[in-house]
Amino acid sequence: MTITDYERVPTVSTGQNEALAEKLRKLWETEPGIAGFFSTVDHKKIGIRYIITAFAFLIAGGLEAAVMRWQLAWPGQHALTPEQYNQLFSTHGMTMIFLYAGPVLSGFSNYLWPLLLGARDMALPRLNALSYWIYLCAGIFLYAAFAFGFGPNDGWFNYVPLAARAYNAGPNIDFYALGMILLGISTTVGSINFVVTFMRMRAPGMSINRVPILIWGTLTASAANIFAIPAVSLAFFLLWMDRNVGTHFFDVPTGGSAMLWQHLFWMFGHPWVYAIVLPAMGMVSDGLPVFCRRPLVGYTVVALATVATMVLGFGVWVHHMFATGLPNISLSFFSAASIIIAVPSSVGVFAWIATIWTGRPVFTTAFMFFASFIVLFVMGGVSGFMTGSVPVDWQLTDTYFVVAHLHYVLIGINVFPVVGGIYFWFPKFTGRMMDERLGRWNFWTMFIGFNLGFFPMHISGLLGMPRRVYTYADGMGWDWLNLITTIGSYVFALGVLLFLINVWKSYRRGAPAGDNPWDAPTLEWATTSPPPPYNFVVIPTIASRHPLWEDRLQQHEGEGSHVGAGLALDHGREAIGTSSLDATPDIILRMPKDSYAPLILALAATLFFAGLAFHAWWLAALGALAAGIDIIGWLWPERTLGETREPAING
Amino acid sequence: MTGPSQIRSAVRFVVWAFACAFFCPVPRAFAAAPLNYLTSAGDKADAVVPLTWGVIIISIAVVVIISLLVAGAIWRRPGIAPQPAGSKIAVDEETDGLSWIWIGVGISSLVLLFTVVWTMVVLAKVTSPATKPALTIEVTGRQWWWQVRYLSNGPSQVFFTANEIHIPAGQPVEFKLVGGDVIHSFWFPALGGKTDAIPGQTNETWLEAHKPGIYNGQCTEYCGLQHAKMGMLLIAQTPRDFAAWRAHQLQSPARPASGGQWAGLANFTTHCGSCHAVRGTDAAGSLGPDLSHLMQRHTIAAGILPNDPQNLDRWISDPQAIKPGALMQKPELSANERASIISYLETLN
Amino acid sequence: MADRISIETALPVGAIDTRASGWWAMIFVIFTEAALFAYLLFSYYYIAVQPHAPHTFPEGGLPDLKLALPNTIILLLSSGAVAWAQFNIEKNDKRHLVWGLGIAAVLGMIFLVIQYFEWAAKPFGLASSPYSSLYFTVTGFHMAHVVVGVIMLWALFAWSAMGYFNRVRYAHIHIGALYWHFVDAVWLVVFFTFYVTPYLGLRT
Repeated sequence: MTITDYERVPTVSTGQNEALAEKLRKLWETEPGIAGFFSTVDHKKIGIRYIITAFAFLIAGGLEAAVMRWQLAWPGQHALTPEQYNQLFSTHGMTMIFLYAGPVLSGFSNYLWPLLLGARDMALPRLNALSYWIYLCAGIFLYAAFAFGFGPNDGWFNYVPLAARAYNAGPNIDFYALGMILLGISTTVGSINFVVTFMRMRAPGMSINRVPILIWGTLTASAANIFAIPAVSLAFFLLWMDRNVGTHFFDVPTGGSAMLWQHLFWMFGHPWVYAIVLPAMGMVSDGLPVFCRRPLVGYTVVALATVATMVLGFGVWVHHMFATGLPNISLSFFSAASIIIAVPSSVGVFAWIATIWTGRPVFTTAFMFFASFIVLFVMGGVSGFMTGSVPVDWQLTDTYFVVAHLHYVLIGINVFPVVGGIYFWFPKFTGRMMDERLGRWNFWTMFIGFNLGFFPMHISGLLGMPRRVYTYADGMGWDWLNLITTIGSYVFALGVLLFLINVWKSYRRGAPAGDNPWDAPTLEWATTSPPPPYNFVVIPTIASRHPLWEDRLQQHEGEGSHVGAGLALDHGREAIGTSSLDATPDIILRMPKDSYAPLILALAATLFFAGLAFHAWWLAALGALAAGIDIIGWLWPERTLGETREPAING
Repeated sequence: MTGPSQIRSAVRFVVWAFACAFFCPVPRAFAAAPLNYLTSAGDKADAVVPLTWGVIIISIAVVVIISLLVAGAIWRRPGIAPQPAGSKIAVDEETDGLSWIWIGVGISSLVLLFTVVWTMVVLAKVTSPATKPALTIEVTGRQWWWQVRYLSNGPSQVFFTANEIHIPAGQPVEFKLVGGDVIHSFWFPALGGKTDAIPGQTNETWLEAHKPGIYNGQCTEYCGLQHAKMGMLLIAQTPRDFAAWRAHQLQSPARPASGGQWAGLANFTTHCGSCHAVRGTDAAGSLGPDLSHLMQRHTIAAGILPNDPQNLDRWISDPQAIKPGALMQKPELSANERASIISYLETLN
Repeated sequence: MADRISIETALPVGAIDTRASGWWAMIFVIFTEAALFAYLLFSYYYIAVQPHAPHTFPEGGLPDLKLALPNTIILLLSSGAVAWAQFNIEKNDKRHLVWGLGIAAVLGMIFLVIQYFEWAAKPFGLASSPYSSLYFTVTGFHMAHVVVGVIMLWALFAWSAMGYFNRVRYAHIHIGALYWHFVDAVWLVVFFTFYVTPYLGLRT
């Protein structure tokens, strides 16, 4: 296939064009076997890998929690040594926050974005593969250290000076620091890819007021990551320097600052909290209305509230530091901001309730997860509101109340929508329905187990139980609460197990799903289940938020969306680039072939960080050199990508 | 298939279970939970406890209202059974529902604003005590115990103690908090909230206890291996008792009376004196707690064992068995040496 | 049905000017890099203004501008050379494109060499004090960016010399130039922080 055109009028076809579909399949299909496995840039394969890897880490983190809950079930237990407990709780936090909660949403977004946007792939498919491979390498890097007994042991927040060499001489924190920087690269390039995809890859006519809320959620999260990740990567790098080359950033006796760590960490940490819930909230905003048989109430307000939450989210980091002796003026400001941030959050709550109230709910398992999420969201929200009030927070902070709060946030607002999201999109992922009967058992076990396990933590916190204790004394009034918590968390774990069984069973023997089993309105349901490698035979043209409901709603402009006919784009791997606001086509983009470059770069980067970890500078140099060569090869101008001039047409 | 009635009863069960779990055991639990902060025993906590209950009640009310709304929304209109895959189902064109957002967000904003104002009022109230504190105590958090120093203008009036803080009841006391190694957090929940003890800075806070009594405290910033076992006690006394206690602390303990105790002192100085201090002896170490009036303390090892000869013996025999990772290593002592040290320690009144 | 949505006008194909995905990616790479430098400088100012800290800012007295000021100008000239190269390729002047990139790369290398002497002249090392740690880390981060930029400029130089680009196909040049201009702009902020603010009174 030679490219001789600098410009072209794109051809138009119907979606029923078998020859075109076959041609596209040949163009886009990943090579079978090992070669394709390591070189694919297909966003759907990458998305599924993200989700599976994230769930593997969820299970690992869950097992860690199960061991800790055994230790805490009764007072004065010594099943674990303090060091073992400390590594477990630190690794549990690291795993759930960094290796599960963020990546699982990246997985959903990777899989769904191009389908929701009516695109053939993400804007930067190779960067997408790179993002996944680095995530996998960073996860293995961090867990390898844990397996050898060198897991992080100063909490996921890793405060100095406790994490400084003087108080933590082992290699644990070095691995944690370097692994986190590596993971940060993955998150950053992934986020850049989402933002560029949003700006450039929406189907013609999909102006920004017509994108699903999930897009808004991931977009704001990604934009936040772009600005927030450097803070934590830098903090970890400075700490690594302090520990390994004797710098003085956090070294108090020579004039460094222990508080600098806390500022850098939470400037990242708090936006990150929103980054790992906003896309999940978006999933509910898109999934819930399908089962209420009506559009989401207040689309515009919800989209704006998503962005507002993120913007405010950058202004509340100090509420993690209320007890550090800051002046009243900054306490007042951050306290007010932390309470007021509940305003945009409440927008979503009332939009979801109104959607159910004015709709006609269909009781599917996915609906139950989404609906129960609203209650859990509010519970996590009000406990956050309580900690926003400075004088109250001085009591609540660092007690189990905060443990309860953050688990309501992370499980309630991340895990419940994610599991609901799997029930909702599983038919699209696999072409098969999940078992609804088992789904009911799954839902109720998880819901009851979760509340039984985590609600009592509020009370043990109010009764003064501190966080991060490997054991506690008898007679503090926490015994029965902890026993209930342990039982509840095991019931919850059983619920997750039922979910995994359902996934496995349905993947093998689920009922065939068809293209659109839920009769849902958005574009991912306009293609087959699972979608072909090229997503859509023709690029749809969009005239409303609900292209597949236009026959029943009167919301579209003009003659409506065209889903069954559109641009063919079959001169090689091609996609349509559209303007950022109105999605007017302005270019035919040439998309890259499958490539090993992302995998090699990820391995080279891992080699580099492993070299630093072991002080094997030659290894680090080798990794850097390999990465450099790989990047030059990756970016080498290619004629098929339309990056070099045509020798034939010189001018 | 779970119908609306089942969901309704389930929701009712959950709400009811929460209410029970929360309210029923509360009075009993307070009495049995020495670190609870829902009751108050001092000026500072007096100002905060109503706000704490206020936000708890607001929160419970919000959760109950939202749960009822969600439940109501779910059962309001009979659900449609899921349709066979691929068939088209009716979609409502309803555009109303926006008023939910305006009303809901409006009410939420009022409640939030009210809480902000209330927070600011309480914050202003607890920033400094009503009267200027007459007493200043410096508390240094160390892995994993608390060093306490009573400050005074006269250097001869300064003395050290550890893990137990005596204050006069009814008077505000100022605390200067220092992180001796890593970050710790100073907390007596019955009297007030936490303040971190951070290396490189001195944080100030104050506490007041209405009545004489013993209050539990705990380190609440994760500080390493034995963070769990870093408790402390605050002993509020009548001003007269406090003055007597303070005067006594400034004395050196009585000299040993028996030969065995003298031998204990010698062994103590040799084996313990480089870390521990006892007033008026050659033991002047400062890495571990000052033991000058050890026998007046209720507990040893930062609040984890009652202070009695058996426990002292257990502790000295092998601190690592009781508090693994503690910076006090297992001393190389014969049984006789240990017994003599304990007999000496028992004289430190 | 299909005919109703046909696009009448021709669309450019491939990587074209600011419509190339890579150009957008570079914009956001720059955002995240700018954030990184913002956090670095935050760390500097945060530690600089700590009361009672046992350190002197800047260590070794007011910084010497003898090398730093000319070096700043060299880096700015390098940015100018890249802009000239961009201007030339848009006119399809491939020879001057190559020249512009080559000059920019050489100026970038001169900057690195002078910066090496600037470092060597400092009376303190990386591990001497909080100031020295900050100084070498922040300027070191910038140096690393210059190194990456110089390698990139030589790659662009080679690709231009191989005749890859013309007045339509030059997205690589624009994307690389964006990065290089950013590296220069960041230097101005770094320079202001370490070399100018002490003269404006930020010293202890």
